[in-house]
Amino acid sequence: MVEERDWATRFADLATYALVALLGISCLLPFLNTLAFSLSSRAAIDAGRVTFWPIGFHLENYDHIMGRPEFVRSTSISIARVLIGVSLELLVCVLTAYPLSRDYLPMPGRTAFKMVLLFGMLFSGGLIPYFLIIKNLGLLNKFAVLVIPQALNIFHTIIVINFFRGIPRELAEAAEMDGASHLDILFRVYLPISTPVLATVGLFGAVIHWNSWFDGIVYMQSQRNWPLQSYVYGTVVTGSLDMEIGWGSISQVSNITIRGVTGAFLLFASIPILVVYPFLQRYFITGLTLGSIKQ
Amino acid sequence: MDIEASRVAQLATAAARPRLRSEKRSFRSIWRQHWLMYVMLLPAATLLILFRLYPLWGISIAFVDYNPVKGLAGSEFVGLENFSTILGMRQALSIFRNTVSIAVGKIILGQVTAVIFALLLFQVTYKPFRRTMQVISALPHFMSWVIIGGIMTQILASKGLVNMALQALGLPAVRFLGDTRIFPWTLILSETWKEFGFGSVIYLAALTSISPDLYEAAAVDGAGRGARLRYITIPGIAPTIILMSCLSLGRVLDAGFDQILVLLNPVVYETGDIIDTFVYRVGLLGGSWSIGTSLGLLKSVVGFGMVLLSYWLADKLANYRIF
Repeated sequence: MVEERDWATRFADLATYALVALLGISCLLPFLNTLAFSLSSRAAIDAGRVTFWPIGFHLENYDHIMGRPEFVRSTSISIARVLIGVSLELLVCVLTAYPLSRDYLPMPGRTAFKMVLLFGMLFSGGLIPYFLIIKNLGLLNKFAVLVIPQALNIFHTIIVINFFRGIPRELAEAAEMDGASHLDILFRVYLPISTPVLATVGLFGAVIHWNSWFDGIVYMQSQRNWPLQSYVYGTVVTGSLDMEIGWGSISQVSNITIRGVTGAFLLFASIPILVVYPFLQRYFITGLTLGSIKQ
Repeated sequence: MDIEASRVAQLATAAARPRLRSEKRSFRSIWRQHWLMYVMLLPAATLLILFRLYPLWGISIAFVDYNPVKGLAGSEFVGLENFSTILGMRQALSIFRNTVSIAVGKIILGQVTAVIFALLLFQVTYKPFRRTMQVISALPHFMSWVIIGGIMTQILASKGLVNMALQALGLPAVRFLGDTRIFPWTLILSETWKEFGFGSVIYLAALTSISPDLYEAAAVDGAGRGARLRYITIPGIAPTIILMSCLSLGRVLDAGFDQILVLLNPVVYETGDIIDTFVYRVGLLGGSWSIGTSLGLLKSVVGFGMVLLSYWLADKLANYRIF
């Protein structure tokens, strides 16, 4: 490491740090910009003075969205969806992964089941046949449509299968000697030592549930049943906000602005992700690599 | 066989097991001992049948002139007519071309930026800085396209952040979301921005698993930065690059439904409308159920073939298996 002393190397190092910092910060600036708009006064926004720092700080945009009954309702639907959806998913996931992971026990049909599972993960009939089935099953407009179809996450199940495979068979066999059933082994032997994979799958599952919005707008004809992300889509993205302002339901003299309200919506909807993110980031590698551990 | 006896039998097999797989047992004895394992598969089997296999039956909509009032049974069978209608459609070629070109653009740019960012991060020797930057850059990956799309609409607007920056640099304003030539690039670049950080995670993991001994030995032998990059770093992550490239092949028809649905507007249908958005807008919302189903089916079948091909290649070239 002798040649690292010269100035060219130092310059290269400095340039690398600067470039990495620039790229990293570029991921935050759009969020900061949106945050600044949501907290800035109408005058500052109209004058085009707002970039990354709020000017004329106020919280009226946030007061405004909190005051919308649909906002409160859709937020609670989203919370319920995450809690119920993730619990269901984890339950189905471990129940499925256990028999499929114990390859060394005889189980006729196991390979066939895995093949169907893989097929189910890779092939879909498309949006319209799926919609028709949801309709035939009577799930349209029901909360269940947000959690039941997603209860089987095949990709997550494969991750858990591969993790379970790494558990020494002697552990399970020792429990079997003591007369433990398969359910006992799963819940008393496997699960207590599977926290990393369960945390990974649970957190990723929670993010997926919180972020899902298309199922809301397609399967819930009544907007009363929309989760938060669908509501944000319907309000902010498709532009009903502009119409509301046109109709005068938002006062023109207050500090409430379209850009501000939009920003408040978008940032509020990302809060849960930011809250779980410190936990989530620990499992990036686990989530990426667990699925590929083989044998 | 009572429980004691089965336990003894288990002990015996456990003691004398070179390969348990080859052992032949009657299904009845297996069922008696392991029936719970079948019961445990019941929830997944039910969900699999209801939501993955049952919808396959709905594919038959593609072969009839579907009438929502009469239902599938009452609709007239038309064979492959829907498919020939699609091939004769004015937009057919453009939505197919849009789908593939946007998807391929995203795959290529996404891979390249992820590798470059990982290489840059790897040069950063101060670990807390490296970790912080990786975590910050991966954040957008975990946000939904509703949020990112909403933010994009704001910052790419005519008076948005990006155009303010362009103006400050003395450049003309760009209509990112309203210009047919620009729009596909807006899609590709915004997706790349959202994903490069998280995409780099796997490459950085591969880079950090290269043995430091190699670098030290190379340094002792007088290899400079360039030589080490060329002969140690690149070969070290090549398998990961090959694997990710193989797997990405399965996504050539996935141009990003969520993103495009959020950002698409009628002005840019010509270059921004993809198979998925067309199926949703014209098929599901517009009521052309049979056309939508046929088009969706074409995409599913080709996509499925590409995924199988990508897995086969990944297995051959990078020893990757899912199970």
